[in-house]
Amino acid sequence: MKKLIITLVAALILTPSLAFANSGAHLEHAGNDLTDKASLQRGFKAFIDNCLGCHQLQYQRYNRTFKDLGISDADGLKNWMYTGEKVGDHITNTMPKAQAAKWFGSTPPDLTLEARLRSPDWIYTYLRSFYVDPDRPFGVNNTVFKDVGMPHVLQHLQGIRTKDEHGNLSPATGGSMTEEEYDSFVRDITNFLEYTAEPSKLERQRIGYWVLGYLFILFIFAYFLKKEYWKDCH
Amino acid sequence: MSNVPVDNGRRRFLTAATSVVGGVGVVGWAVPFIGSWNPSERAKAAGAPVEVNVGKIEKGQMIRAEWRGKPVYVVRRTEKMLAELPKVNDQLRDPNSEEAQQPSYATNIHRSIKPEFWVGLGVCTHLGCAPTYEKDTMEEHVKSLDNGFFCPCHGSTYDLSGRVFQGVPAPLNLMVPEHSFISDDTLLIGVGQGEA
Amino acid sequence: MFANFMAWIDKRLPVTDAWNKHLAQYPAPKNFNFWYIFGSLAILVLVNQLLTGIWLTMDYNPSGEGAFASIEYIMRDVDYGWLLRYMHSTGASAFFIVIYMHMFRGLLYGSYQKPRELLWVFGMLIFLALMAEAFMGYLLPWGNMSYWGAQVIISLFGAIPVIGDDLTLWIRGDYVISGATLNRFFALHVAAIPLVLVVLVFFHILALHEVGSNNPEGTTIKKPKGSVPEEEQSKFKFHKNYTDKYDIVDSVPFHPYYSVKDIMYVVGFIFIFCWVMFFHPDGGGYFMEAPNFTPANGLKTPEHIAPVWYFGPFYTILRIIPSKGIGAIAMFSAIIVLFLLPWFDRGVVKSLRYRSKLHTFNLIQFAISFIVLGVLGTKPPSPMNNMIGIIAAFGYFGFFVALWFYSKNEKTKPVPERVSG
Repeated sequence: MKKLIITLVAALILTPSLAFANSGAHLEHAGNDLTDKASLQRGFKAFIDNCLGCHQLQYQRYNRTFKDLGISDADGLKNWMYTGEKVGDHITNTMPKAQAAKWFGSTPPDLTLEARLRSPDWIYTYLRSFYVDPDRPFGVNNTVFKDVGMPHVLQHLQGIRTKDEHGNLSPATGGSMTEEEYDSFVRDITNFLEYTAEPSKLERQRIGYWVLGYLFILFIFAYFLKKEYWKDCH
Repeated sequence: MSNVPVDNGRRRFLTAATSVVGGVGVVGWAVPFIGSWNPSERAKAAGAPVEVNVGKIEKGQMIRAEWRGKPVYVVRRTEKMLAELPKVNDQLRDPNSEEAQQPSYATNIHRSIKPEFWVGLGVCTHLGCAPTYEKDTMEEHVKSLDNGFFCPCHGSTYDLSGRVFQGVPAPLNLMVPEHSFISDDTLLIGVGQGEA
Repeated sequence: MFANFMAWIDKRLPVTDAWNKHLAQYPAPKNFNFWYIFGSLAILVLVNQLLTGIWLTMDYNPSGEGAFASIEYIMRDVDYGWLLRYMHSTGASAFFIVIYMHMFRGLLYGSYQKPRELLWVFGMLIFLALMAEAFMGYLLPWGNMSYWGAQVIISLFGAIPVIGDDLTLWIRGDYVISGATLNRFFALHVAAIPLVLVVLVFFHILALHEVGSNNPEGTTIKKPKGSVPEEEQSKFKFHKNYTDKYDIVDSVPFHPYYSVKDIMYVVGFIFIFCWVMFFHPDGGGYFMEAPNFTPANGLKTPEHIAPVWYFGPFYTILRIIPSKGIGAIAMFSAIIVLFLLPWFDRGVVKSLRYRSKLHTFNLIQFAISFIVLGVLGTKPPSPMNNMIGIIAAFGYFGFFVALWFYSKNEKTKPVPERVSG
């Protein structure tokens, strides 16, 4: 019986290595920290300043964001929102969808869930992997997302990268941020998007610790109860 | 089969102890089910405070706003209307607003912040119909009163502070919601005075 | 006072008698091991799916326009909605893990052999209903994988000659998968199939109690009446429904002994379940698939369409055959052979403990083949994967064929009369 179980477990572990498919560029690790509220606030600001014009966060409400990031509603209304919107509203823009599709080839997607669709590492690497490509309408391409319709919105910060004949990207030149500053900037945006993809993640983990602790204690009681009754049987 | 005698005391203790610990778990398990019935963020957002521009209301006119799905009456009362209020005090159920139908700043005779503007829910405290605004036509329903509210469903009557008369089915004064003025002309329904 | 109350009830509905017959005086073999917990766990997970499913229905919107957004509404705006959602999604995968283990126990100990063939058939019907339930449930979030997974599987019905195209049109209720399909799958998933499942489970347990449980030794606990000497009689009281016809040996009343043992194992299971649910609800991308975090889009196929992991083995069998029609037949055959297992096994020795080494080997290779088929089902197709899949499929079907051949004159060991220890 033991041999059977060991063989089965081994089969379960070994087979995934038998056949794998891993297409696409190598992704760099984002290293963001969801508990770092300052980083989340910077990411939120960066998103509003650079991304919200084209990309919505239609499932995320302002007031939820303020509460989770430690911003008061009053401060939020004044400094983080367009006028006319209420704190309970979702984070949307007024870009006309049909026009956007014409300008960019396809509508800029909503980004609320992007971090779960692609992964935070993907977003982090993507925003740092634009390079010059004269064949594209906006003059740039991206090693993570081939022939992407998006221009390099953050070019003024990062600068430009070029791709050599081996497919490697040069370091960026001409941007207002150093490489470390830009990486940190992108990390903050990635952090914020990982947050919007699942705002209840931290609460989920927090409750999880308590539940597992409780179940461990309950198991001890259940174990002794079982042992006591089964004395009758042997 | 075992020959060890059964220790019933230990068995009872363990059963009870495990049941108690397990019971805690059952309560914890029920929390998301019960909690999910609370008003959702969407419901709360729809119930957000409402701004109303009162500067354009003519003297003696009433406008209707909507807050949390309910009608809110805003009446710009004239001096004559305000003068009527003390005259009917002894015909009212609760002339001094002792029942909890209004915020603390509206327990005065005009049941409002500014005497000129009355803000109240257009929901009859009997069974919920919307009372009609009787400007100069209240005499039909209450002798010696020119202005008030009359509920067409079962005949309840209120004065222009929303105070209910005796002898009608409605038990309470019309409810005054939390409200405040964020400027001279702008009324904010849903947020009381002193709240940010 | 309670006694009087129960007497009043019992005169009108035999509750106490049912309690005794099925729980407090029901004889269960005393040697149940780890493999025997999965039946109870299946009931636990079924109840979980029913309750969390009903609660999700309170906030879910089954229209093409609103479904995806309603899931995010549940995840963000409803108090603890995210927890209810994860309980349901983790429960779905847990259900299949539990059921596969439960079925494997049947294989290990020959629990499908006479007189439990009908019990096994009811179980297979439950499995079929469960697969339908899971398939329809997966469409409901209306994500892109939901859409395309349904697209692929429904189009299989197009392989049926003559009526195929009309049939798929009728199933979809539209020319492509649309809100019409979603709405009817919602009705079936929430109301119809759960009813079918509950009724089938009821009959499954009734059929079980009629013949009694098997056990890891494959011995019988029901000896001919009068054959057991006085001093070896059980000290426990069992219901006369059983003791009238048999001398019961090697058994304990289900309650309190297995109630208490089940509770212990259930707590352990819930611990593992909660560890997954609170810390890895995505299940490494297998319990909640990444492409499903974007809404259904009929114009954009995901890079790699795969059904959810638990359909993997059957999906691989479908895929390794280059012809759509024959692939579909192969896939359905994989389920049909499972139904017919009691008749493929012509042996009379139940437990692998007393069967031949060949049978043990056959069982192990079957389990490995099934797992390999399952893992391949989650991977994109490739010539190498195809080859491995064909080998594993031979292992899968070969199990039944080989079993039919060697079980007639198998070199088995003598089965003991009683459970030792």
